[in-house]
Amino acid sequence: MTLASPGRAVFVNQLVKRYGRTVAVGGASLEVETGEIFGIIGPNGSGKTTTVECLQGLRTRDSGEVRVLGLDPQAQRNALRHRIGSQLQESALPERLRVWEALDLFAAMSPHSRNWRELLEEWDLTEKRDTAFADLSGGQRQRLFVALALVNEPEIVFLDEMATGLDPAARRGAWELVRQVRRRGTTIVLVTHFMDEAEELCDRIAVFRAGTVVALGTPPELVARYAGRSLVRFTDNTEDLDWLRDCPGAEEVAREGPRVEVRGTGPLLAHVGAALVAHGIAPADLRVERATLEDAFMAMTGEGAP
Amino acid sequence: MRGVGKLAWIETKLFVREPLALLFAFAFPFFMLFVLAGVFGNDVDPTDEENLRVWRGVGPTDYYISTYVGLVMASAGLITLPLRLASYRETGVLRRFRAAGVPLGVVLGAQVLVAIGMAIIGAAGIVVAGRAAYGAQMPESWPLVLVGSAMGLAMFAAIGLLLGAILPTSRAVQGAGLTLFIVMMMISGSGPPREVLTTVMQTVSDGLPLTHLNLLVQDAWLGFGWNTGQALVVVAITVVAGFLAVRFFRWE
Ligand SMILES: Nc1ncnc2c1ncn2[C@@H]1O[C@H](COP(=O)(O)OP(=O)(O)O)[C@@H](O)[C@H]1O
Ligand SMILES: [Mg+2]
Repeated sequence: MTLASPGRAVFVNQLVKRYGRTVAVGGASLEVETGEIFGIIGPNGSGKTTTVECLQGLRTRDSGEVRVLGLDPQAQRNALRHRIGSQLQESALPERLRVWEALDLFAAMSPHSRNWRELLEEWDLTEKRDTAFADLSGGQRQRLFVALALVNEPEIVFLDEMATGLDPAARRGAWELVRQVRRRGTTIVLVTHFMDEAEELCDRIAVFRAGTVVALGTPPELVARYAGRSLVRFTDNTEDLDWLRDCPGAEEVAREGPRVEVRGTGPLLAHVGAALVAHGIAPADLRVERATLEDAFMAMTGEGAP
Repeated sequence: MRGVGKLAWIETKLFVREPLALLFAFAFPFFMLFVLAGVFGNDVDPTDEENLRVWRGVGPTDYYISTYVGLVMASAGLITLPLRLASYRETGVLRRFRAAGVPLGVVLGAQVLVAIGMAIIGAAGIVVAGRAAYGAQMPESWPLVLVGSAMGLAMFAAIGLLLGAILPTSRAVQGAGLTLFIVMMMISGSGPPREVLTTVMQTVSDGLPLTHLNLLVQDAWLGFGWNTGQALVVVAITVVAGFLAVRFFRWE
């Protein structure tokens, strides 16, 4: 079929992968631009891990076309392996291996590696330098795995459920580090089941459901497309507010005593605000309740966030 | 390949951090030395022809010492090495290594280096212990014994890789590897002398790698010279096992 366009970090066309009779991925297609943080979200078992592991040449696809940095991860795995970084959803290290030894070892496996002491520092592992893998907490292991994925200065890094096991503060720290990684020029493919993480970090997101991509776009696009209605609230005692229905995008005005709710689409807050001010009303609590990616996710997959 | 050296060094440290694994690797041969040298001693009765035939004309401890060297190698190749590979596969360490671009040659090479290193230490230990505690005879020909032993190391390294490649879990290794080891320990010449085995046992014994290694090294040790036939068998087993190991290796 088509060749991957240059500049595309990842190109996937009609990827299919079965395990026996289970179709894990049934014709997924997507493209990731160089320098992008690309999110993959979807319910458990929807084929996210299978897809990214096919991209890393760790699983053999049944059909479809896959290019990563212009290479076929299966046929050209050797050429590719030092250019990509992998944080796998499931993996382990020898129990008695120490943190610094793991970083040192993985750094030695690649022709161009970062100074792993910096990574130790960045991922807040300096104190755990001499701790055995078995003695690390879940969050520390996870941070180590992400650091290991970055030690070879990859051009593209695959992070599969990076934030699992991290406490809220560590998650936010990890987000900042991921942004830094991108600033260094690395393309990032981020599989996550945290909607706030996807919304916060990703330039574009592919939504998986039952092994296919059911939606693809920037977080605001997805929210607008699948959970597009916003809700503007304020309190006011004016009797007649029916003229609010004439605001562009407004669809429904409801009130209960002084509490008013306007539902609709588009930049609703601005229009409602302008109309209120034009009528000499300036409520102090005028606010919009924006739909979130989580609302969109539920609309797209018919489920709550996993 | 600087990777092999690095991983081998790490693996060595991991072994030292797990002293039980280390002890287990060396326990059996020392136990055999202790039991058999204790039971049989090292005296030869020059007039007892039957006895001379069974023990190849030397005292039992002299007869056994070279076979314990083989036993150390067998324990490294049948238990230690495959156990490590299988448990790495089971826990996902191999997967992690593969994703990090650690080549197969580095993974296997490091395991082989460590197993060989441990076997050399174990073999040296048993020779020193046999000599010091039971007055065992030293090799008639050091060069031939060293060459034969090196071939034995290679053979059991290859067998270890093969077992580690085809046995999926550490449980499977504990079952199959340990069974093989015990069978070899009993009828490959490290236990009852070959001459007193039943015909059936001898036939089985002929199919066991350790039997051929023991004959090769024992001949050199006791001054019967270089046993080319057994050497060829050892090389053949090495090549076939090594080939099959690389052919059937699975990362996960
Ligand atoms: N190694 C495997 N063997 C058999 N089935 C698998 C294997 N890996 C994944 N699957 C199945 O494939 C489907 C997709 O799994 P996965 O890609 O892990 O989904 P996700 O990462 O989105 O949770 C699931 O139904 C899962 O049970
Ligand atoms: Mg997954």
